[in-house]
Amino acid sequence: MATPEEQLILHRQLQAKSSGVLLDRIFKGSAFSFAALVLIVLFGIMLMLFKEAWPTFAHFGFGFFASAEWDAVNNKYGAIIPIIGTLVTSLIAVVIGVPVSFGIAIFITLMAPNWMKRPVGIAIELLAAVPSIIYGMWGLFYFAPWFANSVQPIMTDTLGELPVLGQFFQGPPIGVSIFTAGVVLAIMIIPFIASVMRDMFEIVPTTLKESAYAMGSTTWEVVWKVILPYTKAGVVGGIILGLGRAMGETMAVAFVVGNSLELNTGLFYPGATIASTMANEFNEASGLHMSSLIALGLILFIITFLVLSIAKWFLMILERAHQGTST
Amino acid sequence: MMFNKKLIASAVLAAATAFSLSAHADEVNKITGAGSSFAYPIISKWAAAYKKATGVEVNYQSVGSGAGIKQIIAKTVDFGASDDPMTVEDLEKNGLTQWPLIMGGEVIVANIPGNKQGELAISGPVLADIMMGKITKWNDPALQKLNPGKKLPDLAITVVHRSDASGTTAIFTNYLSKVSPEWKEKVGEGKTVTWLSKGNLGGKGNEGVASYTGRIKGAIGYVEYAYALQNKLPYMDMINSAGKRVAPTMANFAAAASHADWEHTPAFRVVLTDQPGDDSWPITGSTFAIVHKDPENPAQVKAVLDFFKWSMDHGQSEAKELHYIPIPESVEKLIEASWAKNIKLK
Repeated sequence: MATPEEQLILHRQLQAKSSGVLLDRIFKGSAFSFAALVLIVLFGIMLMLFKEAWPTFAHFGFGFFASAEWDAVNNKYGAIIPIIGTLVTSLIAVVIGVPVSFGIAIFITLMAPNWMKRPVGIAIELLAAVPSIIYGMWGLFYFAPWFANSVQPIMTDTLGELPVLGQFFQGPPIGVSIFTAGVVLAIMIIPFIASVMRDMFEIVPTTLKESAYAMGSTTWEVVWKVILPYTKAGVVGGIILGLGRAMGETMAVAFVVGNSLELNTGLFYPGATIASTMANEFNEASGLHMSSLIALGLILFIITFLVLSIAKWFLMILERAHQGTST
Repeated sequence: MMFNKKLIASAVLAAATAFSLSAHADEVNKITGAGSSFAYPIISKWAAAYKKATGVEVNYQSVGSGAGIKQIIAKTVDFGASDDPMTVEDLEKNGLTQWPLIMGGEVIVANIPGNKQGELAISGPVLADIMMGKITKWNDPALQKLNPGKKLPDLAITVVHRSDASGTTAIFTNYLSKVSPEWKEKVGEGKTVTWLSKGNLGGKGNEGVASYTGRIKGAIGYVEYAYALQNKLPYMDMINSAGKRVAPTMANFAAAASHADWEHTPAFRVVLTDQPGDDSWPITGSTFAIVHKDPENPAQVKAVLDFFKWSMDHGQSEAKELHYIPIPESVEKLIEASWAKNIKLK
């Protein structure tokens, strides 16, 4: 038989346990409902977009995705120009942004002297906090004129003369274009990608890196064979984050893309993206026009979803290949 | 703590007074409106003066003409304002009535090195050809013919237009449709149209068009007169429907307004472009106020009419200061007659 003191202690322990169980349940329940909320909201947005966009799909059918005509006067809408604009500007942004971000992150984690690491790191995070309209205005007032006068003529005269590829580097020297939008987007997404990469590179165990150095590896070999394989999921995640931002960016793009719904092969021609078209025409649209703008929104939603899925799939393959080599 | 209690007490008291004020149904001290951004500067200026004179507050939201029409139909505001007049059928269908509240001119601005304000002239058909991309250089024979003796440069033309849907574009394309059958067939008129010239460029708002035109050599665009003045952009003279060369001046805008046939047009649905008269500026437009004919709350609409009557009588100098054309006196009489006839205030 337990003494009364022992019984008291046991009782208290049981009490503590049961209240712990209760707390645990509440914690689990609330965490689950927050997670479920995300799914519900996502599904709700999708449903609303689809419902509002339905008149357009019913009216134009598949032609909406294939037509390059956007004519509010005659109520004829096609999505191909904004879709191409969105994909091309984002692609330019990623092609420029990823290597630069990679360089920044490697420099901060591996090469920078200690006194420089923090200021440069903070500066990057501050860049990420600059509102997009500021990038847009900077792009319009400073970057575009400079680019039009100093860089674009040189690019047109050299790259523009190449067979086949040359046509992409044609366009009037006015500075606002698909290409300019891509460059401004690149500058906007660099802080995001760079800071994610830096955080990833910093969690690579020092012992791993030092062992590689001890084996006689160069810095480049350490980066390529140790750090990158260790962090690839996070690195790809950072790139996807940047790409998502580039595809959905509205304000900055509306300033520098030129807002012209015509189809050109030249990257130096003014163009339009899904987000900029929606922002420009939403105010005054009604009926089929409004429905078509919402259909554009749905397409942006789907493109983003597809890109994300492809990235996840790509990661999975990488993971499998990695497991295959290590066993 | 004491402070908090006092604060709460005074807040409760304030709420109670506000409630008792709003309980007087006939005493209107606040009216709301929404729509045209073109009319926003003058309405807000009138509103400030009107509040000083009468104590009635006018709250106007510059959300765009189309949004203004949507809001008055949905009855979320006391009046709507649109640069593009509603059709008679649309007005009937929704139980609405409209009248012009202010007018203004649009000018063609061009960035040609060495070109000063009013030095060059352009005609409607030539302008339409430029906007369609049929004329692509400033030294085109058609432009040279309109400007004998002037040396025009061998410079590519960049067409600048509004990227956002706007009443300014509606008035501009309405004009081009009147003067060019080809434009009417290929492009048409509306708040957003499909621009055909290669490498055309869209700027957001009047300020966007003004800034692109000011920066890009060879650019041509259309903006409201006040924006051309503010940005010191060289505007062009135009050849009007009478075949005369006119400069964009307040007097010529007003001439277009007074030559229009307001009396015989149902619902004042006059678009002031391409009006007859030797001194009429061809691209003139007006903003229309829209209210319900048989309002749920007649006192509010009465207050709206009082405000616009006051602004027609007392707001002329303010309108001119901001480069708008006030409503001509003859038209004011027509407007008041239409109020008496169409709007049920009891």
